[in-house]
Amino acid sequence: MELIISPSITDQQKPKVMNISHSHKSHIVVRNLNLYIQDHHILKDINLIIPDKSITCIIGPSGCGKTTLLRTFNRLHDDSVDIKISGKLFVDGEDIYAKGTEVTHIRKKMGLLAQRPCSLPMSIIDNVAYGPRIHGIRGRRKLYEIARHQLMAVGLWDEVKDRLKSPASKLSIGQQQRLCLARGLAVEPEIILGDEATSALDPISSKTIEELFVTIKDKYTVVLVTHTLRQAKRIADYVAFMYMGELIEFGTADQVFNHPKNKLTQEYINGGFS
Amino acid sequence: MIGSTMLILSVLLYILYVIMSRGLPSLSWKMISQIPSGGFYLGKEGGILNAIMGSLYLIFFSVVISLMISVPVVMYLNFTLRRKSRFAAFARLTFDVLFGIPSIVYGAFGFTVMIYLGLQASLLGGIIAVSLLIIPVMIRSIDEVAILIPIELVEATKSLGATNYETIKVIIRQLLPGISTAVLLSVGRGIGDAATVLFTAGYTDSIPTSLTQPTATLPLAIFFQLSSPVEEVQNRAYSAALVLTIIILALSFSARYFSRRFSKNKI
Repeated sequence: MELIISPSITDQQKPKVMNISHSHKSHIVVRNLNLYIQDHHILKDINLIIPDKSITCIIGPSGCGKTTLLRTFNRLHDDSVDIKISGKLFVDGEDIYAKGTEVTHIRKKMGLLAQRPCSLPMSIIDNVAYGPRIHGIRGRRKLYEIARHQLMAVGLWDEVKDRLKSPASKLSIGQQQRLCLARGLAVEPEIILGDEATSALDPISSKTIEELFVTIKDKYTVVLVTHTLRQAKRIADYVAFMYMGELIEFGTADQVFNHPKNKLTQEYINGGFS
Repeated sequence: MIGSTMLILSVLLYILYVIMSRGLPSLSWKMISQIPSGGFYLGKEGGILNAIMGSLYLIFFSVVISLMISVPVVMYLNFTLRRKSRFAAFARLTFDVLFGIPSIVYGAFGFTVMIYLGLQASLLGGIIAVSLLIIPVMIRSIDEVAILIPIELVEATKSLGATNYETIKVIIRQLLPGISTAVLLSVGRGIGDAATVLFTAGYTDSIPTSLTQPTATLPLAIFFQLSSPVEEVQNRAYSAALVLTIIILALSFSARYFSRRFSKNKI
């Protein structure tokens, strides 16, 4: 088993759950978050501080609310009329569920990688340039440079530099997922959200994406929902374990995987249920 | 299977053969560049430019109006309502029923609307009736494509910080192939339909210069000329049919060309 743990944490004593990153500045702070879909209580009183510049994996069995939680971070539930949310969610200190909060600048701070990559109906280069363009960056040269830079960052440049003008839908699914990452990075977010971003990909592409997450975590806060424990073990710095809509345990990867405090966590990690 | 395919193909080819063999000899530049002059329907001088222009005006405005109604309807059904919405299912059923209503009913309905609005048989009346006829066609064929658009596309666009308006633009790009097919189908249905325009658009020998004037249309030009006892006039009906066929073919090819160009790239 291989763990990548930032040294500042490993030397610490077993940190107290939830308070782990008080010394860090944190982009995402969740306070008493509750979410209801019609009458079902989906997320139950979630309190969570996501540490910056590291990879946090949200794990848990299917239907435990991992994805729902992730989607609250950039208000993707806005369009669903039967979802009610209470509690507070701070992004950079701003309560994003407060009345009158404008949503586009919050979403701009977060790149989202969906389960299946979804390229926009335009060329490869326009896919990456789309974000900067709608946020007001003009000039072909400038947009080209941004696109080139981000495509390089995700290791796609060499594969596509000769066909930047061809439709993005022609790329393989693994390439599309990297394109989606580049597209997300191009709006200069602080946070990358991944919703089982590798589950639809072949092993090699998903390894590439995992490696990318590890590379970009120096600059971005990465939050991943993952269904595969092994992936979490490979790349997570911090792990949040959810069960039936509750956040059961949160801590460093080392602590959660090797010394879980909660019996449920232990059982889940040992493969007692999935 | 091959038998039925061949049967239907040969029927199509035979129709084309009849139109060509009877229409081509009387198709001349004069035929398509002049409006009827006195005694045209008795086999004298003139052409069917009035009907050609009338049909083109009619279908152009109808398609534009129908698009302005259909695209928002499809957007609402697919992206505002949830996928399993009962109202959306009901609306789709309604459009299917409207799709199947005979065009003469639209003609009659358009006629009552016209009377209600105090209009006479006019280009505007024809546009209203033809729009009613083709809106269900359009909605259903754009809807076929819209149903396939993953909701992730909306989320991907929104998560980049796009506003609703920008998201709609992206969706419309994704819809473009569907829209061009829809335009094609509805032009085909609208331009060749005689029953809707019979009461609503009227018939005249001149080219309309305003929305309140009556207008001639190709299907009616065919109808009136074909019912003439003079053989020369009957042949002209076939050449009018040929013109109509050519217009539809030309529109269909150009629609394909443009949809292929549009779907490539560029914002």
